[in-house]
Amino acid sequence: MANVISDETIEYVGILAKLELSPEEKEAAKKDMASMLDYIDKLNELDTTGVEPMSHVFPVNNVFREDVVANPDGSEDTLANAPERRDSAFVVPKTVDS
Amino acid sequence: MSLLDLTAVELSEKIKAGETTAVEAMEAVIAQIEAKEETLNCYVTFDKEAALKKAAEVQKKIEAGELTGPLAGVPVAIKDNMCTEGMLTTCSSKILNNFIPTFTSEAVINLEKAGAVVIGKTNMDEFAMGSTTETSAYGETKNPWNTAHVPGGSSGGSAAAVAADECFFALGSDTGGSIRQPASYCGVVGMKPTYGTVSRYGLIAYGSSLDQIGPLCKTVTDCATIMEVIASHDKKDSTSIARGDLDFTSALVDDVKGLKIGIPKDYFGEGIDPEVKNAVLAAAKTLEEKGAIVEEFDLGLVDYAIPAYYVIAAAEASSNLERFDGVKYGYRTANYEGLHNMYKKSRSEGFGAEVKRRIMLGSFVLSSGYYDAYYLKALRTKALIKEEFNKAFAKYDVILGPAAPTTAPKLGASLSDPIKMYLGDIYTISVNLAGLPGICVPCGLDSKGLPIGLQLIGDCFKEKNIIRVAYAYEQSSDFPKCPAASMTD
Repeated sequence: MANVISDETIEYVGILAKLELSPEEKEAAKKDMASMLDYIDKLNELDTTGVEPMSHVFPVNNVFREDVVANPDGSEDTLANAPERRDSAFVVPKTVDS
Repeated sequence: MSLLDLTAVELSEKIKAGETTAVEAMEAVIAQIEAKEETLNCYVTFDKEAALKKAAEVQKKIEAGELTGPLAGVPVAIKDNMCTEGMLTTCSSKILNNFIPTFTSEAVINLEKAGAVVIGKTNMDEFAMGSTTETSAYGETKNPWNTAHVPGGSSGGSAAAVAADECFFALGSDTGGSIRQPASYCGVVGMKPTYGTVSRYGLIAYGSSLDQIGPLCKTVTDCATIMEVIASHDKKDSTSIARGDLDFTSALVDDVKGLKIGIPKDYFGEGIDPEVKNAVLAAAKTLEEKGAIVEEFDLGLVDYAIPAYYVIAAAEASSNLERFDGVKYGYRTANYEGLHNMYKKSRSEGFGAEVKRRIMLGSFVLSSGYYDAYYLKALRTKALIKEEFNKAFAKYDVILGPAAPTTAPKLGASLSDPIKMYLGDIYTISVNLAGLPGICVPCGLDSKGLPIGLQLIGDCFKEKNIIRVAYAYEQSSDFPKCPAASMTD
């Protein structure tokens, strides 16, 4: 296996991905990611010098609209999906220490 | 003859002619679901009472002459990654185990406006990540042709439901083959349209630059008819295209004389099952006998599509799935300390292994230091792949090949080796990268009695070419009905 994923890398990617992996999951992820990257390294066989990265197959532009409310007030239905709510607000853990 | 033997278009004609009703059609589907679901598990959510109530409402509108379209009164199943107002939408994930959308996807709205009646939501690989429907948090779906085998994925519930007559047609979504590959494994017709043809509004995103909604159905006629109903320019989807040439049913012509069909030699090399190869080449022969000009050619870069795809799809997935954080909807962990711990624990407990694997890979390839080497490299490869297809379509109207290298694998055989599972998508993935339309039609059974699918690929906006070839082939082929389908009377 050409690619070796270190503990630090998995730790860092876990922070980016907002995932908390168990020690077993971390080991599995290291192995999975290394073998995936070995496979992906096949792309290095291709000379892509001067090729523009293509994010979309068609030219796409921003679609603008007037900032006018077009949908009815669905706040009650929206809040009904909240894991935790109080009145008309979503309840989340404390985010700022005072 | 059972009502369930009818195609979607035939059923609607009978309903409009007063020979049956939308309610009777729904009752027939419900009876079949009740008989088959315990074995097959095609649906995540199925609300019998609501479906019958909606069918009765549609029947009244048909009788009043308000609904006259070709799908009026027809029961339809929707893949569980399309939001349906008031109806549970889980993406087959634990993290959305209680999510009730407050709006409906545009494609489903288009169907409902045309009088199709939603039965329920079909099972899928979690967040459409997988090729077998085994990564679902709600149990695997079984292949109706042989329940020891997978139905394919990720739209496996939709494909299996069509094959087993648990609906008259279904919607699926296709990011790397997720409509065409399960259509192939289940012996039904499935189509991914040109990127931007069907609105993605309300489709829970996986790889946004690749995702397209399309039909899974019994015949090419149904397919073209459904496409006409669901295709629309939608300002709520910024990648929706205002395009013409949407009269797909005009291509239902049994004539391929002079059409140029190219067969990529690279599609028949290592890894393809000989029985699949023979069935697909026999289909090409049939088309040649009907007057098409068929020749082999070198497509090139075929082996680079899968690695490019997994970088792009994982990158987009890692970004798209950031929204699942346990704050506004979905699963929240029971015990946590502070905000970040709540995010991490909710996500780690809510997502399954394959989803976590792709989020991790996506986060890595987008991270500083690796972005150029992996993500931009993949986007450059995508440009080269697109160029290969441009060259091919300068010579050919349609590209013909298999939809998958094998027939449906056994349950449990794919998940242990992700790369092996990803290789099963080799014929479908490049179509998504290049934004092309592709259709899969059944073209035979292997010696185990499992369906084989023929894939036809067109240039962007040229759905009519592939519909025409698929239709002409279908007229000259005789594909059997799935044994699991013919039960109810």
